[in-house]
Amino acid sequence: MMKKNNRTQGGLRLLNLHAAMKLAFVAASGAFLVACSEKPPEQKPLAELKSNPFPSTYQPLPSVATVIKNVTILDGLGGLIENGMLLMQDGDIKAVGQTVSIPQDAKVIDGSGKWVTPGIIDTHSHLGVYPTPDVNAHSDGNEATKPVTAEVWAEHAVWPQDAGFSAALAGGITSLQILPGSANLVGGRTVTLKNVPNRSVQEMKFPEAPHGLKMACGENPKRVYGEKGGPSTRMGNVAGYRQAWIDAQEYKKKWDDYREKHANGENVEPPKQDLKLDTLAGVLNGEIKVHMHCYRADEMMVMMDVMKEFDYQISSFHHAVEAYKIADTLAENNVCASMWADWWGFKMEAYDAIQENIALVHQAKACAIVHSDSDLGIQRLNQEAAKVLGNAHRAGISISRADAWQWLSANPAKSMGVFDKTGSLEAGKDADVVLWSGDPFSTYTLAEHVYIDGALVYDANNPDIWPVSDFEVDQPGEGER
Amino acid sequence: MSGLNKIAAVVAGTFLSAAAMAENIAITGALVHTFDKQGSIENATVLIRDGKIESIMADGEAPKGYNSIDARGKIVTPGLIVAKSGLGLEEVSFSAGINDANFELKDAKELGASVDSQFGINMNSSLINVARIEGVTTVATGANYSNTLFQGQGSVISLGDINSPLLKTNAFMSINLSGAFVDSEGGSRAVVWPKLIRVLKEAASLNGKTLGINQEWNGEFAKTDVNALIPVVKGDMPLFVSADRVADIRQVIALKQRFDDLDLVLVHATEGWLVAEEIAEAGIPVVVNPESNLPFDFDELGATLKNAGRLSRAGVKVSIANVGKYSADSHNTRLVTQLAGNAVANGMPWADAMAALTVNPAELLDVEDTLGSLAKGKQADVVIWSGDPLEVMTYAEVVIINGEPITMESRQTKLRDRYMTLGQDMPYRYNRP
Repeated sequence: MMKKNNRTQGGLRLLNLHAAMKLAFVAASGAFLVACSEKPPEQKPLAELKSNPFPSTYQPLPSVATVIKNVTILDGLGGLIENGMLLMQDGDIKAVGQTVSIPQDAKVIDGSGKWVTPGIIDTHSHLGVYPTPDVNAHSDGNEATKPVTAEVWAEHAVWPQDAGFSAALAGGITSLQILPGSANLVGGRTVTLKNVPNRSVQEMKFPEAPHGLKMACGENPKRVYGEKGGPSTRMGNVAGYRQAWIDAQEYKKKWDDYREKHANGENVEPPKQDLKLDTLAGVLNGEIKVHMHCYRADEMMVMMDVMKEFDYQISSFHHAVEAYKIADTLAENNVCASMWADWWGFKMEAYDAIQENIALVHQAKACAIVHSDSDLGIQRLNQEAAKVLGNAHRAGISISRADAWQWLSANPAKSMGVFDKTGSLEAGKDADVVLWSGDPFSTYTLAEHVYIDGALVYDANNPDIWPVSDFEVDQPGEGER
Repeated sequence: MSGLNKIAAVVAGTFLSAAAMAENIAITGALVHTFDKQGSIENATVLIRDGKIESIMADGEAPKGYNSIDARGKIVTPGLIVAKSGLGLEEVSFSAGINDANFELKDAKELGASVDSQFGINMNSSLINVARIEGVTTVATGANYSNTLFQGQGSVISLGDINSPLLKTNAFMSINLSGAFVDSEGGSRAVVWPKLIRVLKEAASLNGKTLGINQEWNGEFAKTDVNALIPVVKGDMPLFVSADRVADIRQVIALKQRFDDLDLVLVHATEGWLVAEEIAEAGIPVVVNPESNLPFDFDELGATLKNAGRLSRAGVKVSIANVGKYSADSHNTRLVTQLAGNAVANGMPWADAMAALTVNPAELLDVEDTLGSLAKGKQADVVIWSGDPLEVMTYAEVVIINGEPITMESRQTKLRDRYMTLGQDMPYRYNRP
């Protein structure tokens, strides 16, 4: 009934809602004619910020109905089914259970001795923005020109020809979040991708996934800006975040006031669009999810107070090597922690890492996530989870494989705002699925089949169809993995 | 388990840790991989006496006077040897004080050959316990990064007795001939290689005689560098060369033809698999990181997970270490088992991958007479694993170095124990596990 006016003007999409509504009222009841006609007839249409100027053009690849049977299933929610069945059809998971009915035209795969899991989702990747070859010309991950660069978007620098995407695919990665680096207090918008690189980033963008915002605590911003006008201390870091939120509040209020006045029929001019404040206000509106690089427990505690001060939500701390010290508070505040299994010591804020970090966060009923922050690590996040289980076992902590898989799919999906679409094996969700050659908690197990939206996008046994980026063509490593 | 049995188990556990301090140890019931003539032995008994392996036999029993460790269902291997690291030289890598694994010389004429890592070794580094409780018992350690042609001389250290860790000083010389190192040496291989050849020629011209302090010297290079390279050209000190692309690896092989006695070791060697036969024929051992499968620069376009396995199958003696192009990851030295496991997952025979962590690095560091395998008379560096050491869920249960079981604690296990239970009444710094 309401027609949208799609004209664009200076980055604004004019949404002629008010005029359309007026027409509707006119049509519905002549009684309102008088009242409506009292409004100033010259009121300009409501100007709204265009929320998605670089829309996803992702299309699921062609797929056939596929049943995997006689297979061990981890559903990503903590459940394990032995000798179970899974049906993927029309891009979705149609059924999971002990038995499922097999459609006539379905391809049936015997999964004896094999395991099926949700595809792995990495909350922390720089593929595309720090691609290989890792040469200076490709250094696109940190807009290290000023400490708050909320205006930049990672997707504008993602090079889809990064060989790392397909290497990650062979490790079972079906979705991933690409973030700006951690040089800045506020680094810019993240983008969530389906791992099907093509000619443009838009073709990879996870449909309807919210944007994230990369922020960073600690050593990196103060090191980068210490001699470039600051911040040069952790004090300066926190002042920087707070000032940014104050600016964002003001900007948000301008727009809220504008909308309110417009709704009241006033003829008002919209505020000037500000790319930086758009992003920050998007966080305050709850539309953009905050992903914050933060190692130390004390800094995470400070950031959770800043979060309360300005009434936003941190979706996940990243790296969080000291999360184990404050796992109870993370749980209370509903903040995830995206962590390595065991990396440590490369800088001071990574000195207190322990190998049971993820296990202890999980034990505290907080949202634990295994992340990579590495183009090599992303290829075997299942092994990272396995190391945590082994080390936890040694420390007397018993966690099942089924529970641990939540760290690899459901929890990352939740932190990125795509859990309604992926991250677990449930009917109706995207068929983002990995068939493993065996127990995925073994070093020797390989991802045998990787499905994204039901399409077989990687088959370990068929190297002839492995994806090869443009960069790799005719190079010595073409077709290698 | 009944209450009584529980107590018995606790007592047995106590006895085990007491046994840990004794000299004579019998490990019984394990599957033992010796990496020596005896091969692999099921249900073996390993006797350790006076710091050495006394015997390994099938179906034996613990004799009297030996503290017995029941290792049924476990796997026993030699302690792991890592052929390249900066262990003991660095604590926190950057922005945290001195890191002895890196150096920058002020004198632009010096080539770094005389730099000697032994003086930087600190066995109180927290990295030592972190590595050794995961089964790493011996490492080669040296500088990773410098502004000079050579990264200096490395040492071999044992992670057992922290009061006398040095097994070998001046154990190897490092040089990196790729990427950033070429950049800092004139920006071209056309500069770096002739320079390397010239300095080696000068060293060779001395015929093994060190230049004296007052001796006149008209060579192009500093006395300190030329003297330091004498053992290298004689083949008494291996030259570790980091190189990745095929063209560079072939230059390394050619270097051996120029200088007959050189004892060369290739490090990183991302594209080694493309010339595996040539490397094997030249008898050059290789230290690789099997997980490095991306083209990080134009030297590494042939990167693949299959590198380690293909080199090994071609007959190259492969060692596995957590090495990067410009560094060795000292903190994560313990991940060598995962690195080796991934080599196996991608085609390397399991025995070759284990050899890459034991007997092969022992050979290239020239400590194979005492370390890297289990045989009568060898140093008792022994690890009892909860399962296959290359499996990611496996961990070391008992680590014996030089006949002494080490305490299985590190700064990390203590921090873990401090925070294992949250919600404590007193501040956590009063909790001292």
